[in-house]
Amino acid sequence: MSLLAQYLPGSSTLHRLPAGAKLLGLLALAVLSQLLGSWSARCLLLLVVLGAYPVSGISLRFALRQLRALWWVLLAIGIAQVVIASWPVAVSVVVTVLLLVLAAGLVTLTTTTTAMSDVVVRLLGPFRRFGVAPERVGLLIALSIRAVPVVLGLADQIRDAQRARGLSASPRAFAVPLLVRALRHAQQTGDALIARGLDD
Amino acid sequence: MPLIEVEAVSHTYPAQSRPVLRDVTVELNERRVGVIGANGSGKSTFARLLNGLVLPDRGTVRIDGLDTRRDGKRVRQLVGFCFTDPDAQIVMPTVAEDVAFSLRRRQLQGRALADRVAEALRRFGLERHADHPAHLLSGGQKQLLALASVLVTEPALVVMDEPTTLLDLRNARLIADLVAGLDEQVVLLTHHLDLIDGFDRVLVFDDGRIVADDRPASAVTAYRQLIGAGR
Repeated sequence: MSLLAQYLPGSSTLHRLPAGAKLLGLLALAVLSQLLGSWSARCLLLLVVLGAYPVSGISLRFALRQLRALWWVLLAIGIAQVVIASWPVAVSVVVTVLLLVLAAGLVTLTTTTTAMSDVVVRLLGPFRRFGVAPERVGLLIALSIRAVPVVLGLADQIRDAQRARGLSASPRAFAVPLLVRALRHAQQTGDALIARGLDD
Repeated sequence: MPLIEVEAVSHTYPAQSRPVLRDVTVELNERRVGVIGANGSGKSTFARLLNGLVLPDRGTVRIDGLDTRRDGKRVRQLVGFCFTDPDAQIVMPTVAEDVAFSLRRRQLQGRALADRVAEALRRFGLERHADHPAHLLSGGQKQLLALASVLVTEPALVVMDEPTTLLDLRNARLIADLVAGLDEQVVLLTHHLDLIDGFDRVLVFDDGRIVADDRPASAVTAYRQLIGAGR
């Protein structure tokens, strides 16, 4: 399951908090994590972020599941840091990445795309005079998030079709139909947007 | 009911040499209109003419007096369009957000918008899924959401391009029952011939032309004879 496309409905304080405040909080956390010098302080911050999951009604197991694809990267970063620096630096770097990914995940899980894109629309408001259409940028974000599960679904269908035909894994045989189907989906979505009055 | 006027329409897609519609002329003002025909017969292009998604090479299409070429935006406010694949039509990540997307031109905010969305979801039995990711719905629920997102704008005419083709029998029946209960004028394209039982008028397309235009029973007989299936 992709973290990017997930919003978990709920009524926790974090769910009710305005999206702008959550994004500011995320920014503040990123700055704070850089300002904290010691690895133990960063670990404490990680515990706080982890603790925010159950407080928001989301299980820790779910929190850790979204890191599945990241473990190998974290391991590689950790080993590299031990070799070129020291183990306290390695712990600091790995914990910082972990806590920021988990915090960003928590914001995503507790914020609807509409609320998130509304913030972007507000932030881009002053750029209207330069020809920027903030609503279009907001829609682009929503469409991109919506496209993630669709493209993953297309990839699954192609993999299944290849297996059913006994074909070995070939990057070209996978990429070409995926690209064609993704473009067809984009064309259909374009038609749907026009039919739903996007050109108003 | 808005009057649908299709006058001497022919159309060829840029990448093709063969016309997909040939000199089609028809006026429709019935409440329920079915459109049937084999794949490639031109019925989907005909449907797309009705909300200006396709502008014909020759001829004119008017909906309630509005020319789709000149008044495309106003035509699309009158005509809701439901696609075969709801995944292509659902553009927002969650169920409620997708319905709300349809209402953005109404300038509704806060409680008024939420109430309107909740009412639409209740009508289609989706109220429990309001905040759920749209991609996790079943095929039938996705088609219901697509329909809810179209109907929440209160169009005068709903064009549905094979809305049951990707559904199982149960969900197809669910959509058929919902269509039967709609107050709006409906133009329904389908390969499920039982869906057009009780319709006021049925058009049969073949090779870009309307080859039969009758009550459902006679039109279906004509279609079966056309494809050599007999009765």
